Amino acid sequence: MAGSNPNAKPMNLTLKVWRQPNRQAQGKIVEYQVKDISPDMSFLEMLDVLNEDLLHAGQDPVAFDHDCREGICGSCDLFINGRSHGPEKGTTTCQLHMRKFSDGDTITIEPWRANAFPVNKDLSVDRSAFDRIIQAGGYVSVNTGGAPDGNEIPVPKEIADRAFEAATCIGCGACVAACKNASAMLFVSAKVSQLALLPQGQVERKTRVENMVAQMDKEGFGACTNIGSCAAECPVGISLENIAILNREFLAAKAASNNLA
Amino acid sequence: MQLDSKIPEGPLAEKWEKHKFNVKLVNPANKRKYDVIVVGTGLAGGAAAASLAELGYNVKAFTYHDSPRRAHSIAAQGGINAAKNYQNDGDSVFRLFYDTIKGGDYRAREANVYRLAQVSVNIIDQCVAQGVPFAREYGGLLANRSFGGAQVSRTFYARGQTGQQLLLGAYSALSRQIAYGKVKMYTRSEMLDVVVIDGQARGIVTRNLITGEIETHAAHAVVLATGGYGNVFYLSTNAKYCNVTAAWRAHKKGAYFANPCFTQIHPTCIPVSGDYQSKLTLMSESLRNDGRVWVPKTVEMAERVRQGQIKPQDIPEDDRDYFLERKYPAFGNLVPRDVASRNAKMMCDEGRGVGSTGLAVYLDFSDIIKRTGAEAVSQKYGNLFAMYEKITDEDPYKQPMRIYPAVHYTMGGLWVDYNLQTTVPGLYATGECNFSDHGANRLGASALMQGLADGYFVIPYTIGDYLAQTPPKPVDTNHPAFAESKAYVQARAEQLLSINGSRTPDDFHKALGHIMWEYCGMARTAEGLKKAKGMIQQLRKEFWQDVKVVGSGEEMNQALEKAGRVADFLELGELMVDDAYNRNESCGGHFREEYQTPEGEALRDDENYAYVAAWEYQGDNQPEKLNKEALTFENVKLTQRSYK
Repeated sequence: MAGSNPNAKPMNLTLKVWRQPNRQAQGKIVEYQVKDISPDMSFLEMLDVLNEDLLHAGQDPVAFDHDCREGICGSCDLFINGRSHGPEKGTTTCQLHMRKFSDGDTITIEPWRANAFPVNKDLSVDRSAFDRIIQAGGYVSVNTGGAPDGNEIPVPKEIADRAFEAATCIGCGACVAACKNASAMLFVSAKVSQLALLPQGQVERKTRVENMVAQMDKEGFGACTNIGSCAAECPVGISLENIAILNREFLAAKAASNNLA
Repeated sequence: MQLDSKIPEGPLAEKWEKHKFNVKLVNPANKRKYDVIVVGTGLAGGAAAASLAELGYNVKAFTYHDSPRRAHSIAAQGGINAAKNYQNDGDSVFRLFYDTIKGGDYRAREANVYRLAQVSVNIIDQCVAQGVPFAREYGGLLANRSFGGAQVSRTFYARGQTGQQLLLGAYSALSRQIAYGKVKMYTRSEMLDVVVIDGQARGIVTRNLITGEIETHAAHAVVLATGGYGNVFYLSTNAKYCNVTAAWRAHKKGAYFANPCFTQIHPTCIPVSGDYQSKLTLMSESLRNDGRVWVPKTVEMAERVRQGQIKPQDIPEDDRDYFLERKYPAFGNLVPRDVASRNAKMMCDEGRGVGSTGLAVYLDFSDIIKRTGAEAVSQKYGNLFAMYEKITDEDPYKQPMRIYPAVHYTMGGLWVDYNLQTTVPGLYATGECNFSDHGANRLGASALMQGLADGYFVIPYTIGDYLAQTPPKPVDTNHPAFAESKAYVQARAEQLLSINGSRTPDDFHKALGHIMWEYCGMARTAEGLKKAKGMIQQLRKEFWQDVKVVGSGEEMNQALEKAGRVADFLELGELMVDDAYNRNESCGGHFREEYQTPEGEALRDDENYAYVAAWEYQGDNQPEKLNKEALTFENVKLTQRSYK
């Protein structure tokens, strides 16, 4: 296969893939061989090759989540050789390229493993728990049409930049998969920080953090024990500092709660 | 049917204001008696669903993604235009309107575009209030940049992730309404048919992508916000799931499809590296603000680069041809997308392309790095440079990027009137899936603007006008029309599963993509289009005899999903070719080689083709009927676009 690097040699690989027909069924690891994989392929393109082979052979292709293949939509979610999104730092599965592997390698591919993320099929998991956490308070309550002029809400550049850094979370769930407790603290803290930093988020600051944390617990995510593997494996570099901010916000909110009930 | 665009009377600047006053209102207490279905939850759909729910309507929202936050709006990098004139540099609503009409090569409706420019300012306010972290100046005010051929700085941005931040804003508004119970959200649900009762859209049929269950959903109105059809080319910058199915099924139920041949080729994408390539990645147009586009001056030098005998950074200044700066001194590297794309193709056709395939030109940052330092460049473009390096294994700080045009956006789409209503009453189309605002070419940073304009500020008004004239009686899914649609959807899935041929859906998709790119891509000819039509018909026939899908319809089955989408692309492809063949002129993204100026620029034919081509479905394998909506220009003078 021709690639952008004419000297790159195609690879043959052994894949150990988690196969599970549906949520209720028992899953297992199944071994496959893929041949002539170009180092310029992305990891998902390598799986495309496997799936085309399977389909030609009349077998069920491996289900996996993906969409933009540009590292921004947060759909792809593979646990590769025991790591969220595989070996390359700061990289989603779709942006991981096969040049990071070598000819003859065995690669183990599993779905995110967390109680709060049940498996739909094979490598596809249900991350709707994240949506429900956002629904619990990850917003500023402003109806369409009622907003003042954009420049009436000045935000210091340093604050805007920090809020932006937190806001870049793609909601992929790598943090949960990387955590031995399957904690969602990094995900929740990113949204809490973004809105706690910005002037727009002040009015609902206390109820937001209380409600989002309560929902997180309800969904069955584990507790945070400050290991930091979440931030280490985050493909977009969400900082552990956000968890510190979340803890502070949570304590402050509990101390002076607006929740009157 | 006579097309009625329902453009309000009166001076351009007063039309929308007057129209908002003239449309009928639904009494606040009655709004909760109306159900509205929104299909797609990207910028247009997410904004519409949230805003309609805030008004009090009962909204059912559908996405095939696992979460509304994943829609492809998220991938837009560069920014969003708005006529705020915060920079005091001469911008105005009229200028944004004028630039958009001109950029679209005079094939868009004046009234729609003017309204778009008007509401653009409200979008920014709305998004800021939601907590969208736009780029800021040190004084705390919003920052702007000049973008994609504009001579004013009107683009608001959030580093290279503007689409992501805007989508998360709409998603947060939507999430709030879901929590309130005003929006019922259906994720992993793919719309496979529109249900029309007595000529009015009254619901949809969906497939639950996890269980395979075919479901029916009723409502008083249906809003499609299902994106563009760029993936008809197989390789495009669209996300893998992007497809035409929802729009196409609406088309087959009576919604006209307008200007399908108007597709946009984006000049700055990472070139194809091999046959296995599954999609193309865009490098934001904002890079053209600081990057300089060039190829070697001679074919010989280009050949040496292709062979790897010389590195681009070692080619002396005198041996480089900065062709955009040379040909278009006023706009230079910032000419509109179609012009930049076509020129890159010309250079490659001349044999001066670079990269191992010869299908690439350079985008060079050495000047700006020299001038401002690598750190400053990283501040602006860090994430894009990192993405480029990940994909190509080349460092753009040290050697120029290789770029090549790729399909990026589709200006064509479902025909809609001023109210964004299709030719099926009660069926609306918003965002990229309609045709309305970009004419034959879309300007950079205008897609986000249009999606949010439609969703936040247009549809909430115009849908009320329709609903106010519809009795609030509940629509019942027991109506035979639902059973009929459901049976059609089921039969089609069963048919796809029963063929058990030898070629995969992806295989057919790639074959279609090759035909479309070759004959209906950056440059088209009557002869080539004729040939393509036959090839597509043949391929479609083969598809229905030889496609291979395994498994069943009662489970998560991604091959079955894909097959259904490819089947629709195979029908759309032929219509695009018909449309391109019919339009005997060049305009914007539609370039017919027979119609060009001596300098190789697009040659419009305003006398004969200043119209919207709205195609009407006539039944399977029947030629579609062409309906024309004449475009009249009262506020701008039609000129040959010149960026010299």
